[in-house]
Amino acid sequence: MRSLWRFDSPRHRSQKTGYWFILPYAVFFGAFVAYPLVFSFILLFHRWNVVTPMEWIGLKNFERLLSDPLFFKAIMNTLKFLLIHIPLQMVVALGIAVLLNSRLKFRGFFRAVFFLPVVVSGVVVTILWQQLYAFDSGLLNRMLSAVGIGKIPWLIDPDMAMLSIALMATWKNVGIYIILFLVGLQDVPRELYDSASIDGATRARQFFRITLPMLRPTFVVVVVLSTIGGFSLFVEPYVLTGGGPMESTLSAVLYIYNQAFYFNHMGYAATLGFVFALIILGVVLLQRKVIETEPMT
Amino acid sequence: MKAIIKYVSLGLGAVIFAYPFLWMIASSLKPEAEIGGFGLWSPHFTFSNYAQVTERIPLGRAFLNSIIVSLSSTVSVVVFGSMVGYALARLQFIGRGTLYAIVVFTMTLPFQITLIPQYILMVKLGITDTYLALVAPTLMTAFSIILFRQFFLYVPQALIDAARIDGCSELRILFRVIWPLSRPVVITVSLLTFMSSWNEVLWPLIVVRNRSLMTMPQLVTIFTIGGEAESLLGLQLAAATLLALPIIITYSFFQRYFIESMASAGIKG
Repeated sequence: MRSLWRFDSPRHRSQKTGYWFILPYAVFFGAFVAYPLVFSFILLFHRWNVVTPMEWIGLKNFERLLSDPLFFKAIMNTLKFLLIHIPLQMVVALGIAVLLNSRLKFRGFFRAVFFLPVVVSGVVVTILWQQLYAFDSGLLNRMLSAVGIGKIPWLIDPDMAMLSIALMATWKNVGIYIILFLVGLQDVPRELYDSASIDGATRARQFFRITLPMLRPTFVVVVVLSTIGGFSLFVEPYVLTGGGPMESTLSAVLYIYNQAFYFNHMGYAATLGFVFALIILGVVLLQRKVIETEPMT
Repeated sequence: MKAIIKYVSLGLGAVIFAYPFLWMIASSLKPEAEIGGFGLWSPHFTFSNYAQVTERIPLGRAFLNSIIVSLSSTVSVVVFGSMVGYALARLQFIGRGTLYAIVVFTMTLPFQITLIPQYILMVKLGITDTYLALVAPTLMTAFSIILFRQFFLYVPQALIDAARIDGCSELRILFRVIWPLSRPVVITVSLLTFMSSWNEVLWPLIVVRNRSLMTMPQLVTIFTIGGEAESLLGLQLAAATLLALPIIITYSFFQRYFIESMASAGIKG
């Protein structure tokens, strides 16, 4: 890489221009990244409702967090979401990607349709699914009743609600992962399949022995992006359930939002944000490590 | 036989992904009593839901606000992002490596940690309930800087040298020589920024309470959950359709770019 800019000249001009070019970003970084980071750290040790002066409370925010059932509830809800969301998304996305990767007419059309929910606002998708999930008048339940399965309490049953949100989120996001798997599939060298065929390996065996292992980098991306997505859930529970029933769909970000803007607990909300961020980083690092080292198949 | 199974399952998938949107648009045009139906057709199609919803909430104004916010954010991200990307890729200055490390660090930082302090900054600056507050934290993104840098690394040095010999300033080189060669990355960054800005709900909900400044997704969200819709389905679906249409129309024109953008973004991200 270095040789690319070896001929830059005159050097001092480049030096000065460089600083001019990054100046706007330096200002932006100072105001919207560095300052908030420092301030977030200060908030961790204070109680504050924005109006009255800040009050130093030491580690009370952390003590409170460790004995806050809703904090743990939000984590469990997110894990429940991810437990459904990640495997479902992988199977559906990979399945569709394999189909799209074969010889096919209208490939562009199919790809475009599967990707449509990705570009549309989460608010639209949520309003739409609210109609699909409605208990009595919802399209899904009326369809299920018609075929004799009966109604499902999608959003009413606390055990069910988060799963319903995971299903909806999969519908919305799977298009991204179809595209990522398609790119991954196209990167698998053809010769691998050719030589495997000569050796008499069946299509299924080729899929498990060649395709899946070669897609490992894609799996990492899918798992990491889904996890970040799970911890960032907001609009879906905010509009669909308000976090209920019985806090069963309270997400991490919704809980931060409620603490900050419903109860005006800025210090505690910042502590929640800080701890959730650490959890996200920890989980993502762990996932990377596991998927990158775990033998596949 | 195999081909039939393939087309049937893809066709079924396409129905699952597209039909809800078609149903939403069709139902928004039906009178309230007919909305429960599965069908896409009604002999009583009417625009009355649209008339009512635009009467109850200032959707026109919200549309304008969203355009202003999304466009300023996009222009800023593309202009300043490409400047930093260019500096990181092609200019020599002390601290460049550190800056790059900072940008990468910023990209991996979960937004949950800066959300509350950023809001407090807006309060302290006294700019809540302004356009500035809506766009400020989105004026530059670490992600776009990294995409630009990556792309600019592969622009031939000879072109830059030739422009310098002709006496071009570095700004001119960036916008007149590099940009025309970098259309894919400029389009990628523009589309992704515009889309995420257009669809953003959380930040507007936090910094704007004044209805005349609300963005479209924010206003529709508040309308839906705030009881103003009086659980009239038709109104909610009409509002949702109006919110979805601009993006769907843009998408139908630039579909290929959207998908390719997402692919390149996801892989580098």
